[in-house]
Amino acid sequence: MSGGVDSAVAAARAVDAGHDVTGVHLALARNPQTFRTGARGCCTLEDSRDARRAADVLGIPFYVWDMAEQFHADVVDDFVAEYAAGRTPNPCLRCNEKIKFAAVLDRAVALGFDAVVTGHHARLGADGLLRRSVDLPKDQSYVLAVLTRAQLDRAVFPLGDSTKAQVRAEAAERGLAVADKPDSHDICFIADGDTRGFLRERLGEQPGDIVDGRTGAVLGRHDGAYAYTVGQRKGLDLRVPAADGQPRYVLSITPVTNTVTVGPREDLAVSSVTASRPVWTAGPPPAGPIECDVQMRAHGEVIPAVVAVDGDRLAADLRRPARGVAAGQAIVAYRPDPDGDIVLGSATLD
Amino acid sequence: MAYLDHAATTPMLAEALDAYVAAAREVGNPSSLHAPGRAARRLVEESRERIAAVLGARPSEIVFTSGGTEADNLAVKGVFWARRAADPARTRVVASAVEHHAVLDAVDWLVAHEGAAVTWLPVDPSGLVEPAVLADALGDDVAVVSVQWANNEVGTVQPVPALAAAASVAGVPLHTDAVQAVGQIPVDFAASGAAALTLTGHKLGGPVGVGALLLGRDVAATPLLHGGGQERDVRSGTLDTAGIAAFAVAVECAVKVQQEYAARVSALRDGLVERVRAAVPDAVYNGPADPAGRLPGNAHFSFPGCEGDALLMLLDALGIACSTGSACSAGVAQPSHVLLALGADDGRARSSLRFSLGHTSTAADVDALLAALPGAVERARRAGALRGSGS
Repeated sequence: MSGGVDSAVAAARAVDAGHDVTGVHLALARNPQTFRTGARGCCTLEDSRDARRAADVLGIPFYVWDMAEQFHADVVDDFVAEYAAGRTPNPCLRCNEKIKFAAVLDRAVALGFDAVVTGHHARLGADGLLRRSVDLPKDQSYVLAVLTRAQLDRAVFPLGDSTKAQVRAEAAERGLAVADKPDSHDICFIADGDTRGFLRERLGEQPGDIVDGRTGAVLGRHDGAYAYTVGQRKGLDLRVPAADGQPRYVLSITPVTNTVTVGPREDLAVSSVTASRPVWTAGPPPAGPIECDVQMRAHGEVIPAVVAVDGDRLAADLRRPARGVAAGQAIVAYRPDPDGDIVLGSATLD
Repeated sequence: MAYLDHAATTPMLAEALDAYVAAAREVGNPSSLHAPGRAARRLVEESRERIAAVLGARPSEIVFTSGGTEADNLAVKGVFWARRAADPARTRVVASAVEHHAVLDAVDWLVAHEGAAVTWLPVDPSGLVEPAVLADALGDDVAVVSVQWANNEVGTVQPVPALAAAASVAGVPLHTDAVQAVGQIPVDFAASGAAALTLTGHKLGGPVGVGALLLGRDVAATPLLHGGGQERDVRSGTLDTAGIAAFAVAVECAVKVQQEYAARVSALRDGLVERVRAAVPDAVYNGPADPAGRLPGNAHFSFPGCEGDALLMLLDALGIACSTGSACSAGVAQPSHVLLALGADDGRARSSLRFSLGHTSTAADVDALLAALPGAVERARRAGALRGSGS
């Protein structure tokens, strides 16, 4: 129970379903005071109190579990290391993979619990298939697609059949004070939302060149390649205007040479991608190439593709070009379905 | 439900509740001059006399407060300020390393905001402060000493008269936090030689929100609260007539039955300890081994391989209420400073659990604990092993 409206209603529904429910709030900050303040996140003392009040109203026991060390090692340090390696990580996905459905789930099972219930917006029905939420703009199946079959077997997502508006209305009906609490955004462990500053503090300034992808010409300097993401347009601060006068985008980041390569928008387009460490949630790995939809960013574009698997490797031929594909993000394969698109699996983009 | 957390708070005595309700029905500010005011004042003063009579204090030495935390703050800060004002060289505080946070944090505040120096007195592995260790720590620069009468976590009873004598030789007033001691073991303010003593209502069958500082008549304390000048001008604020009346009844009752209470509860406790050791052979019994040096209702264990938090949660689900006895920040347990001061490592400190018995405890409570504990320990060990392996 983060202290937000989703997990409060998820807990309420689990109680209604007749389960013996215990509320757990995760303490993820080494020092709660240094994390974000206000109602933006999930980690402040105020959020902890909100979660506790929701548990009071539901009449369930409530405990705070200290997961700060694991969170720091598996999510925060990983986040920094990924940027340092020129990739763009998704910490929410990592948190689901390593904390909520690993450290927390394992502890819960050891203590005698059967499952972890969360307020994620995704469907996980009796068929065991993970599907998009009915509320597509709020769908969180992308950040859950990294879960293994064993993890999903002990997961419960009671909110997948509801829209966010319905969840808020239900919270208000149930007398939960968090009904009107703003959604959390951004990255919970970066208090001020300044990701670049957060990384600079940990990785230091590492000046290098910004080069033109077509000519190889040096167009400018940067203070650290980690501050850039593929597809980024703003903040390049180039001194040399492009010959065609068009805006330029980050095409790639090369940590070995500490180079950020830029070019026009059309050069961002890719028609095929590769990825590694696939996880197949909907069944055994496909025997041959499969037709499916792929998504390569949280709330990103959905693109039809043919996905082929070869052991620990995955290749996807895209039916139409994608832009802004960043290494380190997950590629999630969906099978379109009238009852909600089904997550087939995911892998980490090269 | 088996309530094994009497050291946190204990049920109100029926006599105290009756006294509270009776007094709360009446109007009258004890500081008012009219008849209802006089009636209230009479009740407050009778209460003061009742408390004084059973604790070896003079009525005028009793300063009513909102509870233990305020009394501790008044003693530590108030006596520090007064002593420093009288002699600017006296800027050091001496306190034991196992004090309750109400003393600990008040001392830390003096260090952070008043330029005070501090000497933390080490304790032996049972939690005891040696009088010789205190004597060595004293000097012309010390303003006040604070050593609790009995520890809230592991139940160690301190040799307060010997400590007070050592402080007296050095001309330093000694405050003792006796919140856990009054009603549990004999406490006599005059005989102890302490300059100030804290007690509170809700640990002995009185209401929450009322307590007292016994403050020797020749001991100066600068007030924390300024206002109407009640309580010798040391503690302003309208007196809580009903709370004080109930508090006095509870103190009187608890002290009068203390001996038979201690005999009954320590026998229960000894049985609990024996059975826990039999059920969980590697459990470590923290605090004094000798029951005579320990609060009668206190039992405190470390369960190797378990987190105290996990055990507490599992026992709670089975209707057993106990405590990890440690400080909380956003509900996240920190390893207890008391256990660390006893020489425990981080793991032993985090694996600890306090069971505290009180006036309503029965053999059935102990039976319920023992029925639940082995299974809970087994599960908590499984969870603890996960963390140990770094998953």
